[in-house]
Amino acid sequence: MKLELRGITKSFGGLVANDHIDLVVQPGEIRALLGENGAGKTTLMNVLYGLVQPDEGEVLLDDEPVAIHSPRDAIRARIGMVHQHFMLVPVFTVAENVTLGSERVRGLATPAMNLGGLRIPPLGLPSFGLLDRRQARRDVLELSERFGLRIDPDALVEDLPVGVQQRVEIIKALLRDASVLVLDEPTAVLTPGETQDLFRIMRDLRDGGRSIIFISHKLKEVQAIADTITVIRRGKVVGDRPPATSDAELAALMVGRSVQLRVSKEPAVPADVVLDVQDLNVEGERGEHSVRGLTFQVRAGEILGVAGVQGNGQTELCEALMGLRPSTGSVHLDGADLSHASTRTRLRAGIGYVPEDRSEDGLVGEFSVADNLILDVFDRPPYASGIALNLAAIRESATRRVQEYDVRTTSVLTPAGTLSGGNQQKVVVAREMGRDVKLLLVSQPTRGLDVGSIEFVHKRLVAQRDAGAAVLIVSSELDEIYALADRIAVMYEGRIVAFCPPTISEQELGLLMAGGGAAGSADASPEDGSQTPAQEPEQS
Amino acid sequence: MTALAAPVRVPITVNRRYLAAGTFIALGLIDICVFGFFAHRGDAVFALSLPGARPHLPAIRVPGAWTSFVLGAISIGLGIVRLVMDVPRWAKRLTIAGALLCFLLSLLSWTDAGNSVGPLQVIDLLQGTLTASIPLVLGALAGCMCERSGVINIAIEGQLLFGAFTAAAVASATGGVWLGLVAGSLAGGLLGALLAIFAIMFLVDQIILGVVLNVIALGLTNYLYDRVMVPYANTFNAGNTFGTIKIPVLSNIPVIGPVFFDSNIFLYITYALILVIQIGLFRTRWGLRVRAVGEHPVAADTVGIRVLWTRYRNVILGGIIAGIGGAYLTAGSVGFFTSDISSGFGYIALAAMIFGRWTPLGSVAAALLFGFSYQLQTELSSLRVPVSSFILLMAPYVATIIAVAGLVGRVRPPAADGKPYVKA
Amino acid sequence: MSDQSGAGHSVPPGATATAQDTGPPAPGEPRGRLTGSAIIQAVAEGHSAVITILAVFVALVIGGLLIVASDPVVLRAWDSFGYAPGAAFSATWTSVSSAYSALFEGSIFSPGTISAAFHGGSIAAIFYPLSLTAFEATPLILTGLSVAVAFRAGMFNIGAAGQWIGGALVATWLGYAVHLPIAAHAVVCVIGAFAGGAVIGWIVGEVKARTGAHEVILTIMLNYVMYNLLSFLLSSQSAMQAPGQTNQVAPAIAASAMLPHVGGPPPQAGVGFLIALAAAAALAWLLSRSTVGFQFRTVGASPSAARSAGIRVERVWVLAFLIAGGLAGLSAATIVQGQTQPLTFNSYGTYGFDGITVALLGRARPFGVVIAGLLFGALNGGGTLMEAATGVPADVVDVIKGLIVLLVAAPPLIRLLFRLRRSGGAGPQAVAAKGWSG
Repeated sequence: MKLELRGITKSFGGLVANDHIDLVVQPGEIRALLGENGAGKTTLMNVLYGLVQPDEGEVLLDDEPVAIHSPRDAIRARIGMVHQHFMLVPVFTVAENVTLGSERVRGLATPAMNLGGLRIPPLGLPSFGLLDRRQARRDVLELSERFGLRIDPDALVEDLPVGVQQRVEIIKALLRDASVLVLDEPTAVLTPGETQDLFRIMRDLRDGGRSIIFISHKLKEVQAIADTITVIRRGKVVGDRPPATSDAELAALMVGRSVQLRVSKEPAVPADVVLDVQDLNVEGERGEHSVRGLTFQVRAGEILGVAGVQGNGQTELCEALMGLRPSTGSVHLDGADLSHASTRTRLRAGIGYVPEDRSEDGLVGEFSVADNLILDVFDRPPYASGIALNLAAIRESATRRVQEYDVRTTSVLTPAGTLSGGNQQKVVVAREMGRDVKLLLVSQPTRGLDVGSIEFVHKRLVAQRDAGAAVLIVSSELDEIYALADRIAVMYEGRIVAFCPPTISEQELGLLMAGGGAAGSADASPEDGSQTPAQEPEQS
Repeated sequence: MTALAAPVRVPITVNRRYLAAGTFIALGLIDICVFGFFAHRGDAVFALSLPGARPHLPAIRVPGAWTSFVLGAISIGLGIVRLVMDVPRWAKRLTIAGALLCFLLSLLSWTDAGNSVGPLQVIDLLQGTLTASIPLVLGALAGCMCERSGVINIAIEGQLLFGAFTAAAVASATGGVWLGLVAGSLAGGLLGALLAIFAIMFLVDQIILGVVLNVIALGLTNYLYDRVMVPYANTFNAGNTFGTIKIPVLSNIPVIGPVFFDSNIFLYITYALILVIQIGLFRTRWGLRVRAVGEHPVAADTVGIRVLWTRYRNVILGGIIAGIGGAYLTAGSVGFFTSDISSGFGYIALAAMIFGRWTPLGSVAAALLFGFSYQLQTELSSLRVPVSSFILLMAPYVATIIAVAGLVGRVRPPAADGKPYVKA
Repeated sequence: MSDQSGAGHSVPPGATATAQDTGPPAPGEPRGRLTGSAIIQAVAEGHSAVITILAVFVALVIGGLLIVASDPVVLRAWDSFGYAPGAAFSATWTSVSSAYSALFEGSIFSPGTISAAFHGGSIAAIFYPLSLTAFEATPLILTGLSVAVAFRAGMFNIGAAGQWIGGALVATWLGYAVHLPIAAHAVVCVIGAFAGGAVIGWIVGEVKARTGAHEVILTIMLNYVMYNLLSFLLSSQSAMQAPGQTNQVAPAIAASAMLPHVGGPPPQAGVGFLIALAAAAALAWLLSRSTVGFQFRTVGASPSAARSAGIRVERVWVLAFLIAGGLAGLSAATIVQGQTQPLTFNSYGTYGFDGITVALLGRARPFGVVIAGLLFGALNGGGTLMEAATGVPADVVDVIKGLIVLLVAAPPLIRLLFRLRRSGGAGPQAVAAKGWSG
């Protein structure tokens, strides 16, 4: 089925998300939509899938205009979508999720019977919509076999690992006989190995005549899989390119200027050990071990980058280090034992924390910028004396910091939630770096940020390192790890499987992130948290 | 339930095995020490048939104190079993029911041991339990319908009140109790529609909305009662009621018959609704979609389910069911409407629904427990047993607090319960 | 009153149109300029104070409809509309206006008293309605503050009634069982009432902190436990039942424990009203200018951000509910020590639930709660006179109160009715949804 988007335009308030976009995808083609965060790719696909109505423009299938006012219309038009955030009901089984909205039903009926020669036909009541679970199971198994997506129809989705959940989403689309399949940032949660599996499935589907639209901001991946790459920047299509196009050209198209992919920094001068973690174990939500036997140190004046695909225990590691999650093992900061300390004690002891989810955990959206800047020190002088807040001091300090960190806001009294993502992160960074910290713990610090803000944050992190702080950065963006880390620790399934220098090649790093690998063995018995598969190389 | 206060990030994981074992053993000890040792001398008599019933079962006589001892021992035994063995889930439920039964039976035998007033009328007790539970079950079913689709319904109390008032007024004015029933259900549905509109269209916080609707319902019914029903009682509050319907054959089964199959139409409607909603929610396509809307409305939307329409429909249907429950309070029992006739049943129904984990069958079990404690209170006072009725009346509420505190397992509402669905 | 902030979110009522939390709070004050153009602009843009006033207006209109629709005189007049249309309209108007003017005269001021004063009547009588209003408002302001402080910490306190009972029990008991000199006795009882309410509130906070249970169910259930506990204590001679009584009533408290009144005997305003105002001022200071209040607001706005910033969220919940319970207990003190009737099984009346509506109307701001409490106090006080003078049952006031809160909680509806634009610039969300299509 040939898909055409003609002149699609959509604005949200003052922001133009899609600006007269034209796109043509032939049957049997894998088209990549490449662009930065916020470029408008997801909005465009939401228009295609009926989740959002465009202000102008139309969608044509096989040169016939189609009206898509809701996902139902899109499904009927044989368009399927695998969303970035899964659309699966956690408490339902795989079969229930896959068949939701297109369920198999049966009525109540007696079977046909033969009583001594007298034929009795099946007597039945009309279908009350009783679910036909057996048939649903069969449908799911049949699809999973046909496309090589191994899945158990009766498993509860909430018990499945993320990679498997994604397969469920794909089967969901295939059940509805999708002829156009849209995949929105599908590899964000996959290991490199799982990504290759996904690419194989995509190629099979393409060879079967389907069209696939693959949304991503990762250069390497679109080069590997796409037949054509369409680059979108600030709501406009800026060009179609073949996959053989160079990195630099694609990056320039994406961003609009030549990008410095690395921040310049001096080599590290590590001093004493600041953070000492021994045998850290953290239990996850469902009792499994999210972090197993982690042992590592971070020294003053160095940046340790924890690399790994999201979902391998990094979040739990950060939370455990901040006392937001119970853990066993020991954590020492500059000699002080923080293993069982509260979050407040850890913050006071000199840890700065930039959480992964800044809008949920880092800021209070309704509070002013000024209030957010004192979120963890509000009861200390000069911001408070005893129980009373010192509003003037708060405001004055905020004004200073807003200037110092170049936070674009009309006043320090504006609610932080109205700032852009980049400026919000600057507020968090200003707060955490505005104190005397011995260790900076930052998790996914530049997620969803524009390039300018990314540069700013990276510069600040390096500056803190040079001022003598220890920096622990957790990131699933390899570019960021390469740009900042003086040492890299690779996390896989809750363990550090290797320590490597930043000179390691991407292939090797990717392999380690997937659990295979040279340096140190990753092959340990799953439940045994006591093994430390990778030893810290001795440092003088 | 709302996004208002996020739950504790790391919940207390009480080791349920020790808790269950401990509770059963504690109950058993109470059975023995309190009900056993403090029993009056003599036998406890359980009358199993109504006087004049055919066939007439003989009453059961048991030595009061010894019964409690034995039941206490059984309860302790169950506790030890739970402590030592890992039993499958259905067996766990059976042990809970067993320990509870032992407790209740020894309580009953303690009350009647050597009692001069007379035997314990078991049939009365069971019948009363069932009828006291009807508004609770209907209210809880209404709650299930609403909350499974993602709308919190605190206004069950108001819906009961509206239903009761309208049913009494219409039945009285038209002389037809069936019209009263229909009118009552529609009144409940009307309040349900208000809840739906304000919650879904105007995005009012659903808990606030429920509380306010209850305030309005109480004020309105009181106002109309004072203004219209009291001066014109003959027209509007004559007190018409439904007659009882005996189901042939089934109502003659000893013990079970008179309790379950000899009542007015409301009990039978309740049976039907329990069945329909339980099967509907968990075995039909309709139910799967409703639950999807309540758990993950965005996902439901993306497969083409109409989220808002589903919620409107369920909330209004829920209101209708609660309206029937309200109609029961007047046309189905005493006939006359009095101020605040629902006296908190709506909130108990809410508790029953939560206790029953948002399922019809669970809600029924909880509602029966609550109804039982109400009925027991009446029974005990007629037997002149000196237990303060107020203490007994507190029991369902304390039980719910214990349940909600997670001491009987995680209580997890539908994931999107209380969160309005707003499209970008 | 809750502004939508994003897809699939339910916004706590503490978040209001006024975004700023440092600095004196007030519901939608139009920045100090009271020129005509500023007022008109405020009306057109649908500021929250305007929404409230319009909501009161609509509620009164609906209340009026209720009054006329159930008035037999009016109904008869409309029956004969055909040959006496004027009579129908005048009957309708008379019905509503006499009811509402009685409401006004009972709560604010009655012109008759002024002329009476000139003819030798008492001056104090002029202020009687206002004094009555203040008296009626006192317990409502305090329970309103109780609910409000919980709201600001992100929780619903539906249990103000139960906490009220806790305070009432302690105050009553101290009032009749303990003997102290005049001022000291009253003070001790007030403190005792605070403590009694605080204990009940503390139970809720503690259970919530330890188990994560939702406070709505906890408080509703605890309310019923307390109702029954009250009845239990009041029906047992060995507990708190008045000697020789068979009804559920406690002994009268000593005169030395009573709170003095201003100008006249109850139901005139007394020291209780001053306590309510002082509590409001204290709470306002606590919330906006203290570290404790900062923690409350942070937890109320985002428990996860609070946690990441090192705030002990569970401790905040406990403290907030403790204070909330104490405030409800103070409300009980003003009643128990402010009027001559002894404590009975239903003394708690509707103070608890009224507190919820007052807090909602006052946007959970202490100043707003005082205003809202006075408004509801006026309605309550005037309602009594209205019923006496015109026979319209005072319950209509309950309906009006409920409608006001309902309309205030749904600003989109008011805006729709009055075609107001949304204040604060356009947002991507629809004000009213798109009907069935979802």
